[in-house]
Amino acid sequence: MFILITGLLLGGTYALIALGLNLQYGVARIMNLANGEMLVAGGFAAFWLYTAGQINPIAALLVIAPLAFAANWLIYQVMLVPLVKRAKSRGALEVDSILATFGMSFAFVGIMSWIFGGGYFNYAFLATPVDLFGSSYAQNRVVAFVLAVLIGGALWLWLSFTRAGLNLRAVSVNPRSAPLVGIDVRAASALAFALGGAVTATGGALVSMFFTLDASVGVLFTMKALIIVIMGGVGDIRGTIVAAVLLGIAETAVARLIDPGLTLAAAYLLFLLVLLFRPQGLFGKAQT
Amino acid sequence: MNRRTLFKAVAALTLASGIGMAQAQDVLRLGAAAPQTGPLAGGAAVTHWPAVRLWVSQTNAAGGLQVGDRRMTVELIEYDDQTNPQQAIMAAQRLATQDQVDFMVAPYSTGLNLAAAPIFAQLGYPMVTGTAVTNNQPELAAQFPNMFFVLGRTGVMAEDIANVLVGMRERGEVGSRVALVNVADAFGIEMAGISRSVLEGAGFEIVYQTSYPLGTQDLAPVIDGAKSAGAEAFVAWSYPGDTFALTDQAIVQNYAPQAFFTAVATAFPAYGARFGAQIEGVLGMGGVNADDAAFQEFAAAHAALAGQGPDYWASAATYGALQILGQAITGAGTTDRAAVLAYLQDRSHEYQTVLGPVNFNENNDNERYWTVGQWQGGVFRGVAARGRDGAVPVQVFDGWQ
Repeated sequence: MFILITGLLLGGTYALIALGLNLQYGVARIMNLANGEMLVAGGFAAFWLYTAGQINPIAALLVIAPLAFAANWLIYQVMLVPLVKRAKSRGALEVDSILATFGMSFAFVGIMSWIFGGGYFNYAFLATPVDLFGSSYAQNRVVAFVLAVLIGGALWLWLSFTRAGLNLRAVSVNPRSAPLVGIDVRAASALAFALGGAVTATGGALVSMFFTLDASVGVLFTMKALIIVIMGGVGDIRGTIVAAVLLGIAETAVARLIDPGLTLAAAYLLFLLVLLFRPQGLFGKAQT
Repeated sequence: MNRRTLFKAVAALTLASGIGMAQAQDVLRLGAAAPQTGPLAGGAAVTHWPAVRLWVSQTNAAGGLQVGDRRMTVELIEYDDQTNPQQAIMAAQRLATQDQVDFMVAPYSTGLNLAAAPIFAQLGYPMVTGTAVTNNQPELAAQFPNMFFVLGRTGVMAEDIANVLVGMRERGEVGSRVALVNVADAFGIEMAGISRSVLEGAGFEIVYQTSYPLGTQDLAPVIDGAKSAGAEAFVAWSYPGDTFALTDQAIVQNYAPQAFFTAVATAFPAYGARFGAQIEGVLGMGGVNADDAAFQEFAAAHAALAGQGPDYWASAATYGALQILGQAITGAGTTDRAAVLAYLQDRSHEYQTVLGPVNFNENNDNERYWTVGQWQGGVFRGVAARGRDGAVPVQVFDGWQ
């Protein structure tokens, strides 16, 4: 039970880290390597609001998410639209966006260490135990898990049952044909990118409740998010969530039953198995 | 080139050469390359950079460094080595050839110091390290006679935490069942190995031993494992992120052994700020004589300059390493690096530092340093040291408050 719950909580954290990237890569076709930095920026914002203004990180999301949405929309319009315009194919856009966002990640690290300094950031919020089935878990992790479920669920419902969601899915499935049925691909992509950024920053704010962050730590989150998105299937929210939970439970089980030193090996083994037997990801559709 | 740009260029050149001539004689150029980004940037921002900048600003505020019959102000040139050994080497090269600095601050952390040691030696710069802990001082000093060590030896530190536990057990304060965990890198593996052999030699039983990958902060399974194994003492050779995470999880799962030890960052002010009164009695790596007037003066100046206090361990050693370099330059009476190095290599010299007096043995090693500290009343106090006075008695860890 301890393993299952700890694994679920960890999976929730992983889902928060990866959901935004899935939207950005699945719809806007931007393989955003600065994803981790956006997450850390969300965490810093939460830290700053909590320590300077005593605003609790959950309430702070009301500020952080819209701000991140606006910032990411701007980033897309200013930095990425030129790449989209000149890209001759989907592959070319992916290569260009990887290079551009790789550079952006360094710029973000520089900006964040300039504003916040290079030190470690953490704070105590809801760092109290809650008892479930005879073991104690951190309240902040439980809260983050619940919010991850809510955010993931809301995203899935929105994508599945609204007109705007349908547009995004259409762009995700076939960006060339989407304009034929009257979808503004660029607006849809900008929306997806901005929304993805907002979700990532939200994840960062929640993760900051129990992670010690510093300006340079983003790349660790980017790596994790990449694995999860590719495992789950690009462009499918359900896949990301299932992959995140699988990874969380697998890592926790290996850590508790075998050896914590093997968690990374277990994660990559799972990743390798998915790549070998379902290269399109757990919920991905084979490309035609 | 039009007339205006020509004019600007000439003006700029005149200005530059004028300043250059006016200052060339009184300015000592000090180069520093250490992490400002990368995995160790967080630690360097606490321990390294504020201490370096503090020494420079205090030296200049006092009118500069006495070198022969001149007083020289210190100009600090900073580079980010990105926590990358290759960059650390390139930065040292650039400082020597491009910026032509007179002296260099040793980098931050054991790994980067070892990486930069050959280039320091090749370029002939003295290297007084404040954050290099290793067990290979004899070999290193033989290979790099310009390299000096202020912070101490790893083997001794691993032995001393074991000694603290042995002492506690003799007084009946802790049982024999120990959980020993470490971060899976060179530091963690070496320290855990030494701890294990000392503890087992002293009749302790290692009931849970494990390692976890660098960067892991999801450590609930580790604490659960130690708790289930019934470990009465918990020893973790950890790095900052995991030090915080292990403590956090131990509090959440209410795992309160009779002794709780975490390594790097336990001595950081941020650790005290994060956990407040809960960590009363937690043991950690390093320590200082927190009641010493010299340290308190240093801490106050550090807080005034950097907006944060020093850590209770290597901050003072980083500052002390620069005090040693400064006193060697003054003692040699010249900025000639070979002469300053010869002064440092003369083992009869003793340096007055914030750590207390320091001198180097035949292995360029300082033999007086702190090994284990403990949070007592909101301050991280040294409880075990080699050759230093002021160690306070170890208190029993009385659970998370």
